Amino acid sequence: MARRTFSMGGIHPSDSKISRECKIEKLAVPPVVYISLSQHIGAPAKPVVAVGDKVKVGQVIGEPGGFMSAYIHSSVSGTVKSIKDTLDQGGKAQPTVEIAVEGDEWLESIDRSDALVADIPADGKAILEKIKLGGIVGLGGATFPTHVKLSPPPGKTCDMLIINGCECEPYITADDRTLRERGAEVVVGAALIKHVLGVAKATIAIEDNKPEAIQNIQKVLSELRGKDPEYAGIEVLPLMKKYPEGGEKQLIDAVMHRQVKSGGLPIDVGAVVQNVATALAVYEAVQKNKPLFENSITVSGECFPHQANVLVRVGTPLRFIIDQLGGVPENAAKIISGGPMMGKAISNLDGPTLKGTGSILFLTREQTKREPEGHCIRCGKCADACPMGLEPFLLYRLYKAGDAAALERNAAQDCIQCGCCLYTCPANLPLLDIISLARGQVMGILKARAVAAKAAAEAAKAKAEAEKAKTE
Amino acid sequence: MTSTIIWTIVIITALGLLLALALYLVAQRFKVVEDPRIEEVEKVMPGANCGGCGFAGCHAFAEAAVKAPNLDNNFCPVGGNEVMKKVAAILGYEVKEKAPMVAVVRCNGTCENRPRIYEYDGARSCKTKVGVAPDTLCRFGCLGCGDCEAACQFGAIKVDPVLGIATVDETKCTACGACVKACPRGLIELRYKGPRGMRMFVACRNLTKGAEAKEACDASCIGCGICYKTCQHGAIQFLNNVAYIDYTKCKLCRECEAMCPRGAIHGVNFPKPLDKAAVKARVLERQKKAREAEAAAKAAEASAAKPVEKKED
Repeated sequence: MARRTFSMGGIHPSDSKISRECKIEKLAVPPVVYISLSQHIGAPAKPVVAVGDKVKVGQVIGEPGGFMSAYIHSSVSGTVKSIKDTLDQGGKAQPTVEIAVEGDEWLESIDRSDALVADIPADGKAILEKIKLGGIVGLGGATFPTHVKLSPPPGKTCDMLIINGCECEPYITADDRTLRERGAEVVVGAALIKHVLGVAKATIAIEDNKPEAIQNIQKVLSELRGKDPEYAGIEVLPLMKKYPEGGEKQLIDAVMHRQVKSGGLPIDVGAVVQNVATALAVYEAVQKNKPLFENSITVSGECFPHQANVLVRVGTPLRFIIDQLGGVPENAAKIISGGPMMGKAISNLDGPTLKGTGSILFLTREQTKREPEGHCIRCGKCADACPMGLEPFLLYRLYKAGDAAALERNAAQDCIQCGCCLYTCPANLPLLDIISLARGQVMGILKARAVAAKAAAEAAKAKAEAEKAKTE
Repeated sequence: MTSTIIWTIVIITALGLLLALALYLVAQRFKVVEDPRIEEVEKVMPGANCGGCGFAGCHAFAEAAVKAPNLDNNFCPVGGNEVMKKVAAILGYEVKEKAPMVAVVRCNGTCENRPRIYEYDGARSCKTKVGVAPDTLCRFGCLGCGDCEAACQFGAIKVDPVLGIATVDETKCTACGACVKACPRGLIELRYKGPRGMRMFVACRNLTKGAEAKEACDASCIGCGICYKTCQHGAIQFLNNVAYIDYTKCKLCRECEAMCPRGAIHGVNFPKPLDKAAVKARVLERQKKAREAEAAAKAAEASAAKPVEKKED
């Protein structure tokens, strides 16, 4: 039987999962860590430690700077050396706490044993609070604060929780390894999230190029099902391998056959999607009191001889990780944080890892070279490949012509920046680069319009009140 | 057979005449009376439709010029004073002559002065490149992807493949300002073209402090303030660690250019090359004399002030 997948577009790049048999190893703790206070979408966290303070592993060092923000915890024990703007992986200055490591002393409240705690606490609110205090953010790449995602706005109900184990980006294998090695924890994490949302069904979606992971989760589920009713509604769904299946909207389409409309959120169609690594982090935060301060990272690439999946502390400088694994290979031309399709090139190896850092990739010049731009021949390959049903060639032309209104009509704001159009384009047009600019432009217009509408509504309200006061 | 042809001709002709009459009447009834001067003005305009004047095109400019009570706010930078004189003659207005302007790229971060720390291979668009980490240590300089080149209708600004920065061909530049809007780094400025094209400008916009700016580029302004102290005309402004020459006040004496330790101040189109050593010696001599005079004045003031203090005692 043909596997399920999403309905529109998509591409089939070689999956290059060369590090899939490498077990997740614990990496040594670096001599100094740089923990960014801006590791999530939304407002940066506010530091709550001062220079010279002693901190332990798991101690809070940053508090949420707003509604859409998250706690930041120390990943090491030691002394706070400085709190200042430091360059991140992409060379941008971010507020960062620098901690010099002394020993490895964990907070006593953290349960460091390996024993599985499979009992689900009854109080959903308490679980949600623990998730918030654990500083958990979406680890699929977008780093959206998880407690915000798990508090659906009033009036919207969730029908299904989807645990995203697709890992559709080539090379990355950290989620695959997590499912194989720590499948039970992931399933418990999924049950916890399911309990918070109060949904009956949860699906762990895994692409069929990870048969061992699928088998392991099926085995774990059959063992756990008898223990707690929460495990009854969880199922494994193997999906056809296709990029970008791990995209939130694509995954909902593949699993539930529902489409999120333009500008809508997954909750509008009754879905909440969480990544496998997020589920594991939820398990650790809720059952083991261990906040999110370490994550699994794939270090891979054909030219990198010591491919590995490593468990590193948040804030470890990338150079330290690479040096531990044998250094930068000579023929590497580009180092990418994230997958080869959507990842960003790293320009500063002294930059630290973040909660959302999923992989470090080394690519050679032959792999990354951009061919010279040609001319669009209207072959329509990009439109066929676009998983959002857009027409990249048209958006490209409209942006060049500066027609913002037409860009909005043609839904440039719906672009998920997956890069399928760029991958298929026979003329090597920089479609993704230009459409990203167009998307930014349209998003700016929409935001300005929303702000203006809000201001107008408030002004009208104030006016009405003033008139009411007058008549009275 | 013959009658059919005749009848056809008659009917078609009658119908044609009737409809022509209707069209004529409608045209008369809904005639748009446009000031004939608008067309005349439009004829003398350069016809580039570049929008440099602030209007949608040459016709819009002509309309606005005819409607306006004077020409103070309407100026065609492309046609310059010559075209404006013709426009003024048609409309019977007086025109204030404006000094011709030219676009200036305030960056000298050539590949030699400002080595690239990595190779950028994204889209050739400054707007894209400005969003990623800078490929040099300078966060303010020319990106070299040619958004200005794409915006220029006159082929006056081009990214030099050897230098790696945008350069202006001043013979072609019409000062329409399209490149100024296109540059995401705000490096391009419209400045006075100057007498016989002679002009001075600071070719740097690096706002970081001296040490960082020095590391970033060999031709950067480090904000040392020497030019500010040198200038006798008050033409140099100093803000955010970078010097700026006010072209309305600059007297083209080139002293700042000679004194700048970084070569960040550029003088162009001067007939003679600058004798740096001689000008520097002259300035230093003058500053020494000024210091001495100041010290002498202070001493005199102090000696004059002392007896006063004694009296009060």
